[in-house]
Amino acid sequence: MTRGSGAGPGSRPPLILLVPACVAALFALLPLGYLAVRALERGPAFAWDVVADERTLQLLGHSLGLTAVVVGACLVLGVSLAWLTVRTALPGARAWSVLATLPLAVPSYVAAFAWLSAEPDLAGFGGAALALTLVSFPYVHLPVAAALRGIDPAQEEAARSLGHGPLRTFVRVTLPQLRPAAAGGALLVALYVLSDFGAVSLMRYDTFTRAIHTSYRASFDRTPAAALSVVLVVMTIALVAAEARTRGRAGHARTGTGTARPAVPTVLGRWRPLALLWCAAVSAVAVAFPLGTLGYWLAVGTSATWDLGGLAETAWATFGVAAAGAALTTALALPVGVIAARHRGRGARLLEQAAYAGHALPGITVALALVFFAVRYAYPLYQQLPLLVGAYAVLFLPVAVAATRAAVLQAPPVLEDVARSLGRRPWQVLREVTVPLAAPGVAAGAALTFVVCMKELPATLLLRPTGMDTLATRLWTETGAGSFAAAAPYAAALILLAAVPSYLLGRHRT
Amino acid sequence: MNDTNELHIEGLTKSYGAGEPVLRELGLTVPAGALTAVLGPSGCGKTTLLRIVAGFLRADAGTVRLGDRLLSGPGVHLPPERRRIGIVPQEGALFPHLTVARNVAFGLTGTDRAERRRRTEEMLELVGLAGYGDRMPHELSGGQQQRVALARALAPKPQLVLLDEPFNALDSALRTGVRSDVRAALCATGATAVLVTHDQQEALSTADLVAVVRDGQVAQCASPQDLYRRPADPWIAEFVGDAVLLPATVDSYGTARTALGPVPLATPPGGPSAGTVLLRPEQLRLTDTDSEGTVRGTVTDICYYGHDAMVTVTVEGHDTPVGIRVAGPLPVSQGEETGIRVVGEGSLHRGGGLRG
Repeated sequence: MTRGSGAGPGSRPPLILLVPACVAALFALLPLGYLAVRALERGPAFAWDVVADERTLQLLGHSLGLTAVVVGACLVLGVSLAWLTVRTALPGARAWSVLATLPLAVPSYVAAFAWLSAEPDLAGFGGAALALTLVSFPYVHLPVAAALRGIDPAQEEAARSLGHGPLRTFVRVTLPQLRPAAAGGALLVALYVLSDFGAVSLMRYDTFTRAIHTSYRASFDRTPAAALSVVLVVMTIALVAAEARTRGRAGHARTGTGTARPAVPTVLGRWRPLALLWCAAVSAVAVAFPLGTLGYWLAVGTSATWDLGGLAETAWATFGVAAAGAALTTALALPVGVIAARHRGRGARLLEQAAYAGHALPGITVALALVFFAVRYAYPLYQQLPLLVGAYAVLFLPVAVAATRAAVLQAPPVLEDVARSLGRRPWQVLREVTVPLAAPGVAAGAALTFVVCMKELPATLLLRPTGMDTLATRLWTETGAGSFAAAAPYAAALILLAAVPSYLLGRHRT
Repeated sequence: MNDTNELHIEGLTKSYGAGEPVLRELGLTVPAGALTAVLGPSGCGKTTLLRIVAGFLRADAGTVRLGDRLLSGPGVHLPPERRRIGIVPQEGALFPHLTVARNVAFGLTGTDRAERRRRTEEMLELVGLAGYGDRMPHELSGGQQQRVALARALAPKPQLVLLDEPFNALDSALRTGVRSDVRAALCATGATAVLVTHDQQEALSTADLVAVVRDGQVAQCASPQDLYRRPADPWIAEFVGDAVLLPATVDSYGTARTALGPVPLATPPGGPSAGTVLLRPEQLRLTDTDSEGTVRGTVTDICYYGHDAMVTVTVEGHDTPVGIRVAGPLPVSQGEETGIRVVGEGSLHRGGGLRG
């Protein structure tokens, strides 16, 4: 099977794919390159002054401290819930497992809105850490649960038969095998926290992202913002590189365990009530609380605070800009995804990695880079819709490329060989075989991109045309001003609009 | 017309990266209208050979000719879509988004719709699946999918059909049936075909000609009978079937002296010599221990298959036990003494070494 794969390691992708893929890759790298140019424009000495400034060190402390606390809390929540739902006889394990993934759908600023509106005193480090933990622990829960399912129970049985008790077996045999999955999840959480703007800005806790935003708004000199962005980007790139490494190793460790039979669930005995209480408590604060708060504010809101016309207009604008973002992103991702799936040369890998640049770039830095670029080289685009759509494409190209690549990989390359042998030229194979077969997966990727575009906050704040609001920016503004009842309908609309593609995706899979 | 469909391969060399070459100046001629099996262990280069002939891979050196057309050669690489070579991959690889009829018609371009439909129906009938045109591939069994894949490959009347281990994914009960159906369909169209396989039974029972590939070269190309009876060396002998290999000295009368007694040779050497004599397990018979001149041995193992049984016997003066195929009821049980008699002729291999 593997030897039968369509394109050999040396084969070159056809030009019809290669040219658009290179355009997409250059597009994705543009912000990164421009950021570096801009930060060093006033000379390395000036940039160094900004970076080595006491204020920068303070931001660094804030960002790293927040990241460490959130990652630690997510590990505790994620690993404990994964073990309870996968490996024990917990009543309703499946339902708890679903509940533990739901927070992924809650944008950090919605969580921050919920907690702030209930207790305004939470603003600061505690509130930011709470909100971020409760939206990002599924990043640990999901891979650890998958790894737990993948571990062959025969290993644990062997350990038990060799005289180890259940606890010793867990610590000596199970836990070491979970480490790659947990580490990968933890790095994703760290990346999320470092790039987050919504929660920290609403909680008024100064990290890099908030400081960059403030600096950009406060001063006409944008070099300090650029220099801070470079520091932030360096940190996130280091994290992404570390994450890629653990992912490679984790994948390696998991091969060959595919057909393991399911483990016999551990009986919880007298710990059962406590385990149930723990699951219920996490679900309550991470899922029920934000929804409940939202419901409360919707209920207390009166016609005076409800501006239905404004809401509809904002929802429509959000829909439009997110659809445009998803369309552009998917179009750019298509050639890169096909090449990534079918060609394994060094050039193909480079193209794919370039397209993944957005994965390492916090939204605010991409926005800044595009602002600089537009002001200097394309002034008519400044504060116009195309620039915002372009920022979405840079940020979410990884989402669409990953979906396209996976969709193309689903179709065995031998189908393309057969089509060639039956007289089709490469571009005809693409049109008649590759694309039709990948279409459902590509569409799913487009839907996912649509959702993330709709929820995007920091880049939208900086790049939106004057006078235009999306649901996210409106929610942010109202919450920032303390008008929680006015903010609630936007949060509700955001969750509803985001739920539609998610629902369709779920139906498509079954 | 068939005479123009001969596949002629010469000096084919291919290596991946800086590694050992996978094909080393491989040469092979596949006669028109015949089904030729390319048989080899995994990693011998047979899949690489198939992919070069189909045009999915470029060879480092050598030529591939089909009839009077040069497909691959120095500076020449005809793309797969212009080779007129059909392929039947492992597991069929039908296009899952197209109906059976549209799968079969996929290669029929440049003809009008009525002609396409006629040819599609003709092909489906040929493989015994008339009336299945509107089904989707996933609604067919594995054997049916494989037959549709053959119909799809044959529909555009290719000059050559390549079958890449097409029966691998089928369970053994189904395999024999599909195999003979495929053979019948290929015969009916008179197509030249190459079957790549690592299964020696499949090669011997299906093909007109078998080419054994070892270390990137054709070690022997012969009819199934010749290959089994007169393998070129002991390695091939063991690869295409169970073999009894006995060190021997040959006297001036052309009789080999072995641990199993004197064995007449099919093609005796001119004078006295030494080497390894090959016998097949069905050439050995169990006899009474007391008849005169019999070689004696002890039964150490019995594998019973139903239609026959393989009896393993250790013989004094020969360190590897020999296998004896016994049809019908078993006259011995484990641990018993038995006599052994050789029937028919053996073939002599010089050099003696087992691994070539």
